[in-house]
Amino acid sequence: MLKRVHFPASLLPYLLVAPQVIITLIFFIWPASQAVYQSFLIEDAFGFSTEFVWFENFEYLLQDDHYRDSFGRTIFFSAAVAFLSMSFALILAGFADRVIRGSTTYRTLLIWPYAVAPVLAGALFLFMFNPTIGIFPYLLEMVGYDWNHYLNGRQAMFLVIIAAAWKQVAYNFLFYLAAMQSIPRSIIEAAAIDGAGPIRRFATIIFPLISPTTFFLLVINAVYAFFETFGIIHAVTQGGPANSTTTLVYKVYNDGFIGLDLGGSAAQSVILMFMVIVMTVIQFRFIEKRVQY
Amino acid sequence: MTFTKTLLASSALVGLMAGAAAAQTEIHWWHAMGGANGERIDRMAAEFNAMQSDYVIVPTYKGNYTETMTAAIAAFRAGEQPHLVQVFEVGTATMMAAEGAIYPVEEMMADAGEPFDGDAYLPAVVSYYETPEGELLSMPFNSSSPVLWYNADALAAAGVDVPTTWDEMETAAQALVDSGMECGFSFGWQSWVMIENYSAWHDMPMGTQENGFAGFDTEFTFNTEAVANRLQRIADMQEGNLFVYGGRRGDSLPMFTNGECGMWMNSSAYYGSMVAQAEFEFGQAMLPLDTDLADAPQNSIIGGATLWALRGHDAAEYEGLAQFMTYLSSPEVQAWWSQETGYVPITTAAYELGQEQGFYAENPGTDTAIQQLSLNAPTPNSRGIRFGNFVQVRDVINEELEALWAGDQTAQEALDNAVERGNELLRRFERSVN
Repeated sequence: MLKRVHFPASLLPYLLVAPQVIITLIFFIWPASQAVYQSFLIEDAFGFSTEFVWFENFEYLLQDDHYRDSFGRTIFFSAAVAFLSMSFALILAGFADRVIRGSTTYRTLLIWPYAVAPVLAGALFLFMFNPTIGIFPYLLEMVGYDWNHYLNGRQAMFLVIIAAAWKQVAYNFLFYLAAMQSIPRSIIEAAAIDGAGPIRRFATIIFPLISPTTFFLLVINAVYAFFETFGIIHAVTQGGPANSTTTLVYKVYNDGFIGLDLGGSAAQSVILMFMVIVMTVIQFRFIEKRVQY
Repeated sequence: MTFTKTLLASSALVGLMAGAAAAQTEIHWWHAMGGANGERIDRMAAEFNAMQSDYVIVPTYKGNYTETMTAAIAAFRAGEQPHLVQVFEVGTATMMAAEGAIYPVEEMMADAGEPFDGDAYLPAVVSYYETPEGELLSMPFNSSSPVLWYNADALAAAGVDVPTTWDEMETAAQALVDSGMECGFSFGWQSWVMIENYSAWHDMPMGTQENGFAGFDTEFTFNTEAVANRLQRIADMQEGNLFVYGGRRGDSLPMFTNGECGMWMNSSAYYGSMVAQAEFEFGQAMLPLDTDLADAPQNSIIGGATLWALRGHDAAEYEGLAQFMTYLSSPEVQAWWSQETGYVPITTAAYELGQEQGFYAENPGTDTAIQQLSLNAPTPNSRGIRFGNFVQVRDVINEELEALWAGDQTAQEALDNAVERGNELLRRFERSVN
């Protein structure tokens, strides 16, 4: 039989959590509830006439082929960005972990791109791949490949994926390297004595031991690809050509801030919010079980 | 020592200016002109501020056209709107529908007791921004029209004249490619150039209700055989690079200025960029005519932006604004602005001043846009367009046409899709404003 313990009522714990609660209320709950409210409205840009329409904005979206297409596109884009940036970061970290001399220089150079703002990363790639004045189309033309991402949707998609992944490699690298360096040397040395080569050591020891980091990065990269790549897409393709790089978050911006369709845009952001909630739940419930801490 | 002196002097100057500014009425002007044009705007404001001592015009760059318009709308909703905002022509229907927010410029001038003569302005320019009753809603500021830019050196090398019809366009493009050019021609702002202006140029409607001027219950009708045929032929010209698509807006400009494409259809307002970037003889000519559709061109329609006065300020401030409007449309200011930028002078007096100054004689072709605009009295098909949600509609047209250039659909399919999707956006707009 448990005995109930009564603590004297105190204001202190409430005071201590208050800042967190207030920040969440102001910066998350309040705008999110505004978005939900707005998604039930059809409103002109200036806000003079407002009509409450319940779920009509959602119905309009769900019957819109272009909106459904941007779902699939966003998932492909996010998966590609997460896979590319994580695998490159893993390879680089694997090598950097083995470097003995000048390791600080390597690390600094590899972390640098993280300091570049997304829109600047986009601008860099835009210059390098500009069909007329860029260096890469010039090189590609030498081998007979015609590059014009203004017209070719697949090339445009490739370009934004590369730009988005490149920018995220640094971040992933940082975490992978830290994870690898926290693995006790004795385990790796023991494996080496047993005759395991670098690749085998990586596959059977290092990679399983850093699986919590991989899981963490998977969540972070998915969120990054969903939301923070906006600046890159805006700078490089602005969603074109023919919508081929319009991801969900770009469409929210485009319909809301360019098209001034506030209700439709709010409905999209509500859908996006639920998607992220569901995605996070799935990741924590199912994928996390395979992670060894 | 000198440094301290300079510092003292400049801080004294700043103090003086701040003191002076406090005694004057500030009038805020949000605009979308970056770079060299932004500096020109600052210069106009400074000149007006120096001319009188009651008002201070404060110009602020707010990003590109859409960003500026969105910023102004958001500011209005928060009660922090500027007195004057520059809005591009496709935002006209949205602004017009916001009756409580806008202060029609003709009404504002009358209330402020500032003389205003609507007849002084070019008909093709003001007709775009008038109510059906003929009241001017916003002050034309930077207006342009699409023209045919050509590389005179390349055309001479290819042995062809500047084309005036679409048949000649095709011949010239072929000759350019045969003479070693990488591409015949390209264009930008494709909805504006190839649908809106192509329709007006051949006196064809683009939508019902006088292209939207007569009411918000308008529908698009540009999916005609005439437009589809032309676009299909252009798409077919991609074979052999007679036509190369180079992206939206002005993205294809480098293709022309680098000497890849011999001809380029886009706004006359690229004049400043051409002067700065093109290292060859270039010129502008009127848009080509489709001889199957018309014997002579009607008139082209404008693009660019106008200045909208927003309500919610003191009457005294609008008096200053009205004076500034008079200053902006004075012949001297307009002649200078149009000659520097390639925009069209908005008043007849400014155009005549430019002729007197000999600008058009010295720079042949620079009056192409104004000639196109004033070719004939505008008809309901060529007065302009006024569709709601048109920013999005242009994106829809961009998307569908890009799918055409990529070979994913025919021109007729592209236009049918664009009309269908565009009509949905029109219906949504109609609902939102009613």
